[in-house]
Amino acid sequence: MRVSFTVNGSRETVDGVWEGESLLYVLRERMGLPGSKNACEQGECGSCTVYLDGTPVCACLVAAGQAEGRQVRTVEGLADGDGLAPIQEAFIEAGAVQCGFCTPGLLVQAHDLIERSPHPSDAEIREALAGNLCRCTGYEKILDAVRLAAARKAAP
Amino acid sequence: MEFLRPASWEEALAAKAEHPDAAPIQGGTDVMVELNFDMRRPDVLLDLNRVTELGGWDTAEGRLRVGAGVTYTQIIDDLGGPLPGLAQAARTVGSPQIRNRGTVGGNLGAASPAGDGHPPLLAGDAVIEVESLRGVRMIPAPVFYTGVKRSALAPDELIRAFWMAPATGPQYFSKIGTRNAMVIAVCSFAVALHPAERRVGTGIGSAAPTPLRATAAEEFAAAELDWDGPLDETVAREFGRLVAEAAAPIDDVRGTAGYRRHALAVMARRTLTWAWQDHRAGSPGRGAA
Repeated sequence: MRVSFTVNGSRETVDGVWEGESLLYVLRERMGLPGSKNACEQGECGSCTVYLDGTPVCACLVAAGQAEGRQVRTVEGLADGDGLAPIQEAFIEAGAVQCGFCTPGLLVQAHDLIERSPHPSDAEIREALAGNLCRCTGYEKILDAVRLAAARKAAP
Repeated sequence: MEFLRPASWEEALAAKAEHPDAAPIQGGTDVMVELNFDMRRPDVLLDLNRVTELGGWDTAEGRLRVGAGVTYTQIIDDLGGPLPGLAQAARTVGSPQIRNRGTVGGNLGAASPAGDGHPPLLAGDAVIEVESLRGVRMIPAPVFYTGVKRSALAPDELIRAFWMAPATGPQYFSKIGTRNAMVIAVCSFAVALHPAERRVGTGIGSAAPTPLRATAAEEFAAAELDWDGPLDETVAREFGRLVAEAAAPIDDVRGTAGYRRHALAVMARRTLTWAWQDHRAGSPGRGAA
C-alpha cells in the first residue's frame, strides 16, 4: 500500500508498504532514516522513540498505515540545520553516549521531557526515561546530561 | 493483508460487520508486538485511530462514559480525580511511550488476565459498552472476561466505551513486579470503598484465567466492617485471606502460584488499610492527587 506522512517537516510518500509493517521499518528501510534504532520490536527498550503528532511513541508499535497524514519527528529532526540540539550537546558533554544504540530514543524522550517540564526533578527524569534501556552507561551520565540540558534551557 | 482506516464509528462498525475476523488496532501496543513477532497474521487490520468518537469522555446518568480510544496518559492527566484506582493502575502500565498509545479499550480487547486496567474496572463496577450493526450491548465487567485472552465480545462487535461511576470513596491499586516500569504484573489487586452503600469492591489481576472479583471477600467486608470506626486488623487479615482464596493462580515464568496467593493476601490487606485510613481522614485517597 501507499503511505504518506510528514517526517521532520518534509512530506514523504512511499509505495509497496506491507500492511502489517511498523512505522519504524518504514523510517529505517524505506525512507533512509536509520537514526531510530530497531532492537526489541515490542516497546520494551525505547530505542525507536519518535514523536507522532508531538507525542513520544515507540515507532515499532505504530502500524505504518496509522501514520498516514500525520506528523513524525525523528532524532534526525531534533536539530535545526547543521548544529546539534541542546539535548544532543548535553549528551556529548556529560559523556552520556557509549555504544550509542539507545541514544536516539533517549534523546527524543529527554527532549520531550524538558519541553514539557523545564525544571524536572530527578524523580521526573527517571520516570520519563523508564522505558528507555541503556546497557552501557549505568544511566548516571544520562541523568547528568538531562539535568545539564534542563538547566541550560531554564537559564540560557 | 488489508488495512482499513474507517473515518467514523459508523464506518468502523460497517467494516467490522463485513470483516468479522479483522483485528482492531488502536494504540498498537499489543497488536503490533504480535505482528512484529509473526505470532498473528490477520487478513484485515482495522485501524481505529481516525475514529474520533472513541477519543473522549463525557458524563451521562451520573456515570463517566470513557471512550475506548482514551490513552493511559489521558486517564492519568485528566481522570485521576473521578477514577483514582484506574489512574493508579494506568501509572504502572509500561513506560511513558506505551502509556501515550495504550488504551483501556485495548486492554479490554486483548482481555489478558494480566492487563492492569481490569482490577480497578472490576472494583469500580465498570460496564463495557460494545456495539455492532445489530445494536449496543452493555456488559458488566465481571462477565466481560470469559477466559484467557477471551471476552464476551462477538466477532462483529467493537468496544465503544466503558462506564464507571466517579469514586465516592478511596480506591487503591497494587501490583507486584520486578521493577517499577515495563512490568507485566506477577499479580495485582484493586480495592474501591463505596461508603454510601457500605460496600467494598475488589478486582484480582494475573492470578486466574480471567481478571475476577473476590466475591466472598466483598461479602465478608460488607458484613464485618464498622464504617464509623478504625479498621480491625483481624478483619483486614481475613479480607486478605479471602482474596487469596478467590484466586486460581498458576506457576509460570513470572512467579509461582503459591507466591501469587501470598502476595494477593498481603496486597489486599494493605490496600484495604490504606483506603480505610483515607476513609477515616475523610480524604478521597492518594490516587486523586
